[in-house]
Amino acid sequence: MPSAAVEEVARTLAARARWGALEYAFWLAALASIFLLPGRHLILTEIAWLALFALSLDLILGYAGIISLGHAAFFGLGSYAAALFAKHGIIEEPVLALLAAGLCAAVLGFATSFLVLRGSDLTRLMVTLGVALIMREIANQIPDLTGGADGLQGVIIAPILGTFQLDIFGHVSYVYCLAVLFVLFLVARRIVYSPFGLSLRAVKGNPLRAASVGISVNARLIAVYTLAAFYAGVAGALLAQTTAFASLDVFSLERSADLLLVLIIGGTGYLYGGLIGAVIFKLMQDWIAHLTPQYWQFWIGLVFVLIVLVGRERIGSWTGGLRALAERIARRPAPAAMPEKGR
Amino acid sequence: MAVVLETVDLEKHFGGIAAVAGVSLKIEKGARHALIGPNGAGKTTVINLLTGVLQPSAGRILLEGEDITALDAHKRVRRGLARTFQINQLFLDLTPLETVGLAISERMGAGAQWWRLVGTSPAMVEEIVEILGRFHLADVMYERTGNLPYGKQRLLEIALAIACRPRVLLLDEPAAGVPEDERHEILATVAALPADVTVLLIEHDMDIVFSFADRISVLVNGALFVDGAPEEVARDPRVKSVYLGEALDA
Repeated sequence: MPSAAVEEVARTLAARARWGALEYAFWLAALASIFLLPGRHLILTEIAWLALFALSLDLILGYAGIISLGHAAFFGLGSYAAALFAKHGIIEEPVLALLAAGLCAAVLGFATSFLVLRGSDLTRLMVTLGVALIMREIANQIPDLTGGADGLQGVIIAPILGTFQLDIFGHVSYVYCLAVLFVLFLVARRIVYSPFGLSLRAVKGNPLRAASVGISVNARLIAVYTLAAFYAGVAGALLAQTTAFASLDVFSLERSADLLLVLIIGGTGYLYGGLIGAVIFKLMQDWIAHLTPQYWQFWIGLVFVLIVLVGRERIGSWTGGLRALAERIARRPAPAAMPEKGR
Repeated sequence: MAVVLETVDLEKHFGGIAAVAGVSLKIEKGARHALIGPNGAGKTTVINLLTGVLQPSAGRILLEGEDITALDAHKRVRRGLARTFQINQLFLDLTPLETVGLAISERMGAGAQWWRLVGTSPAMVEEIVEILGRFHLADVMYERTGNLPYGKQRLLEIALAIACRPRVLLLDEPAAGVPEDERHEILATVAALPADVTVLLIEHDMDIVFSFADRISVLVNGALFVDGAPEEVARDPRVKSVYLGEALDA
């Protein structure tokens, strides 16, 4: 009898990490968009790097409980690093430059992780915000290197893997960004289902108890913060490479704040929140801007206020993984699901 | 007998208040040692100092002869010092299965592994199932911990500490707040703890203390008042007046 129980538990544990039908559907849809929506590849490119950026924030917010209002610090550093690598021919090949840019951001993430170890959410908001402001000011003060307020001009991106030249329609850049997103998503997915990922959720849930079962809370937080910085740096590098440009606005507060909104829309702690949130965020921005070119910011602001009012309870409570994703997707089109809202 | 855990003139001040004032305590290997005292005597503070949740203002803590006073809390756990909490400190969003699995994977040094999936080690799964069974948690192992009845959560508190496979276990009022009809389950698991595990128990219930302990230390106002075998402590008139008198008459 015990062996049967052991087998059952082992099976259940293994099933946690199995791919669900909705996950396949999501990535098949992403793949299909390459062929079915060729006219929308420019905005899809933006969605892809934004999704990666949001995935990065989800790793620290949804899994480790670290809130940040300055995630653009890593995004921006990755952006400038990739642009500079290309401009000065330091690393010509974009994929290698991407990794190098991510590593630069990871170094900054590691160095600043010690600032977010202690303190409450409010402290962390201020500290992360401060780091992003400092990074922006540094970039502003060294115009010889960064181009200052004019941005970094004259960036020429070499063909990807020496073969695929980026085009003005965004065809190559979308496939490139989507591929990078997919690979890094797979890595993140693997990580969150690992013992390390489980320990992160424990640290988020109760750091005092986590330490009392032998978890080095600080070491885990440093590790995930550094990892998330790498992801954000890669996302920023994708932006720089696909636009052949980097400007101070990569460090802006709006960028960090928008990112939190993306996660509020999509939900945290199940990896797809950032991806779904990025799709909805960008499409809505695009749609409203078309509708009212003059007042679009007003409407977007209003929509955000409503989303946060309705959705704030959802942030952080989406720990049910795919079940939550299934509920979310099922809820949207089906009016029958309405009573669930009252839960 | 060999002393496993020892404090030397341990002190902890909160502002001007001495919560723990010069406690020198010796806990012998395999002991069932109870730490009792009136409310506010500093019992939980002692546990917090022993486990590294708090840093002492003065004094030293020795685990198996080695000074662990400055050691981080998680490193003490790895050296075999585990605890439970008076007020549940659990991972409410995890299941008991994940909770116990977490502690075992940390103990096995797998906690930092990020490429392997949870539960791929058969030895680990076997141990999870064994512990959950022993603590009457097998039927609720897939439920969210936050949704469990209080009694089950108390059991998980102890199961989680046991999963760290401690040599010294500090139990901070394991049956606190548990309804009468569920207490026996918890007390039975405490009584059935492996004999080679040294246990330091904080408890208010004198029936539990005297049925469980082979040595009792009485803490009053942050200082050790009496330290001895249960019979001696029970006979001691000073203890009766300060503590047992109140508790037994009430």
